[in-house]
Amino acid sequence: MLRASGICVRFDGLPAVDDATIDVAGGETLAVLGPSGCGKSTLLRVIAGLQRPDEGRVELDGRDVGGVPAHRRGVGMMFQDDVLFPHRDVAGNVAFGLRMARHPATEIERRVGELLDLVGLGGMGQRSVTSLSGGERERVALARALAPEPRVLLLDEPLGSLDRPLHDRLLSELEDLFSRLGLTVVAVTHDVADAFALGGRVAVMRAGRVVQAATPDRLWAEPADAWVARFLGHANIEEHADMAVVTRPEAVRLTVARGGAATIVSAERRGPLVRLCARLDGGGELEAVTTSIDHPDPGDRVNVEIDPAGVVTVPTWSEPTG
Amino acid sequence: MDKGRPALRRALLVAAGLVPAAFAALFFAYPFTTILVRGLRDGGSLSLPWDVLLSGETMQILWFTTWQAAVSTVLTLAAGLPLAWVVGRFTFRGRGLVRALVLVPFVLPTVVVATAFLALLPEGVERGLPAILAAHVFFNVAVVTRIVGTAWEGLGRAPWEAAAALGAGPWQRLREVTLPLLTPALSAAASLTFLFCFTSFGVVLILGGPGRSTLETEIYAQAARAFDLRTAAALSLLQLTAVAVALGVAGRVEARTGGVRTVVAARDALRRPLGRERAAVTAVLILAGTALALPLAVLVARSFDTGTTAWRRLFEETPALLVTPWHAVLNSLLFAAVAAALAVAVGGLAAAVLARARPGSLDTLVLLPLGASAVMLGFGFLIAFDEAPLDFRSSWWLVPVAQSLVAAPFVVRIVAPALRSIDPRLREAAAVLGASPARAWREIDVPLIARAAGVAAGFAFAIALGEFGATVFIARAEWPTLPVAIFRFLGRPGAENQSLAAALAVCLATLTVVAATVLERTAAGRRGPL
Repeated sequence: MLRASGICVRFDGLPAVDDATIDVAGGETLAVLGPSGCGKSTLLRVIAGLQRPDEGRVELDGRDVGGVPAHRRGVGMMFQDDVLFPHRDVAGNVAFGLRMARHPATEIERRVGELLDLVGLGGMGQRSVTSLSGGERERVALARALAPEPRVLLLDEPLGSLDRPLHDRLLSELEDLFSRLGLTVVAVTHDVADAFALGGRVAVMRAGRVVQAATPDRLWAEPADAWVARFLGHANIEEHADMAVVTRPEAVRLTVARGGAATIVSAERRGPLVRLCARLDGGGELEAVTTSIDHPDPGDRVNVEIDPAGVVTVPTWSEPTG
Repeated sequence: MDKGRPALRRALLVAAGLVPAAFAALFFAYPFTTILVRGLRDGGSLSLPWDVLLSGETMQILWFTTWQAAVSTVLTLAAGLPLAWVVGRFTFRGRGLVRALVLVPFVLPTVVVATAFLALLPEGVERGLPAILAAHVFFNVAVVTRIVGTAWEGLGRAPWEAAAALGAGPWQRLREVTLPLLTPALSAAASLTFLFCFTSFGVVLILGGPGRSTLETEIYAQAARAFDLRTAAALSLLQLTAVAVALGVAGRVEARTGGVRTVVAARDALRRPLGRERAAVTAVLILAGTALALPLAVLVARSFDTGTTAWRRLFEETPALLVTPWHAVLNSLLFAAVAAALAVAVGGLAAAVLARARPGSLDTLVLLPLGASAVMLGFGFLIAFDEAPLDFRSSWWLVPVAQSLVAAPFVVRIVAPALRSIDPRLREAAAVLGASPARAWREIDVPLIARAAGVAAGFAFAIALGEFGATVFIARAEWPTLPVAIFRFLGRPGAENQSLAAALAVCLATLTVVAATVLERTAAGRRGPL
């Protein structure tokens, strides 16, 4: 459905996007994940037609759209911090794309009403956008982007500026909406949890390149290299020369035992999970997660068991898979 | 932004820049070059007119011009700072009204203010240095109040409270925190005020009296009364150099102090005055209100000095003009409308180009006409456009063109920041939703700058209405404008002529204030849905 291949963008000679390639199937949500400055937003702008690539092709439904300007690409975009039109009310913002496409006024009115209902803002069409809360603004931005029925919806750090509870609620609403409408979505984020929640597949970007693209489970179980593992939140990474051994925390079992081979340093609850950190007598630390209420406490001596299925050996640094 | 066709985009930008550039070249650069050549040519060769420049008289005029501007600036700061403190620090009922009223003297034509002070000050003091200084302060208090007050509002209470928590008392806080933070705004307000007073024309011409001339009035006297074009041109050179030096110094100061950043008012900046502050705020407001209202009230009273005769004579033929005074009102309205339209078109295009250029690179260029003085512009028009194929002396449109040049820098100053403050991603959002670059400009840029453009148009109209320095040179006798007519009547003896001048000044003041507010209001109201 959407394919961007070999994309290169240089600013003042410095590469921002360096031979990046992504593929998105129809109805799929791809999350592009990477640290700030890795070129993920620039890649998104290339797909939208807002940034001309120095090299590479963007194809929509198999057709090269490199020469098609942004306003004729039929690609929707939700910007970071919503970017609503301050001089138009809620309905005026949502109606904008429909007006550009010259839909008749009665149809615009009907469609705007539908979209506002869809995002939970029914009846708020006449409100000024400056009077809205952060979450309401995000919803207006979403409705505005969806209104012209774009072939692909691009999201740039869609929930970046919202506080935690609102962020989590909108995130699950987005997931639900995307699967219900069967949309093709590319969402850019620096947040691993957001990427895993949104993306059927996640493409990890580093220094302008896509290092790995896989489902969240595969990414977690088999990170392409030690850098990706660390970025995803793996703590148990043992590096030897050019290889690294990554042990998933859920494969580590720590049980209280008087003898023991390690001492618990910290125990920290996050929702249903408890994250344990143990210092090994032989040196080094190991992280484990458990769902148990009767978990070991800091200072406890523990035995260490590791499920070999949760251990993977990866290179410390890998080149992109292309 | 669509980077798809950078060549086309650049071509459009250049084309948009060419219009104001050509306009400025023909009606600004060319007249000034003519002055330059006229001043430098001696016989057949070019040489500096040292005899004029170094004469005792010239030195005396230059000295007087400089120190009266310096004293005016100091007095204006002293008068404006309390008001800046009141509007930048406190919230009270009618604060918005106070902020708007403070601007009134600034938009009032020089001729009106001069006429008002002529009527206000007691006989004996009504012409001379005190009158000039008083009028300059009256005009420029708005500059200090708006620039410094807005900066003060932007400070917020945080740095102040931090200093208090560290043990600083009220005076220490003023000295250690407030004043250093306000320095950029203070120096900007001071240099602008100095520039206005240095190039002040109408006030000095009317209130100066014998022996009190500045460079501006002397250029006018030499060119229009003594017909000594060479001396006038030489003095213009001096004036241009002095203004360039002043602008240079101001730029240096601005660079050192960091300049005035556009600040959003800090949320916690304003509070209700407490205790002794209440008394201080009330006193400042009463004093300011009196200082604003008194000259205008006296002006109205003067127009009724001879009963209603002066008002009735507005519609009668008079030996002072070739037409009835009422025609001057109509002329002024017509010229000002044309001038405002020209200024907004030319200044708007210039602002559109400037907003896309690197900030600061071209700003000074646009500001040059601000300092170059209206009198020189009028004089330049007089000597530049009197020969074929550029013989425009008998063309009525020369007046609005000159007025639009005086107003255009203000238009740029108002519109360019408004354009710059538009988030470029708004245009991108429009593009992604299917708006072509031209459509995005119409849907995003135009409505977002409509208010600024309205304010600019009102301001340009008000400036053109009151424009005196250039107009007095080029207005034809059968097409006088209001300021020119007022000047004519002031120059004639008798109480009747004086009250007729006052009546015309009341008309002019009313038109100016109404124009400035109405256009701003309508622009503000044009923000509907869809």
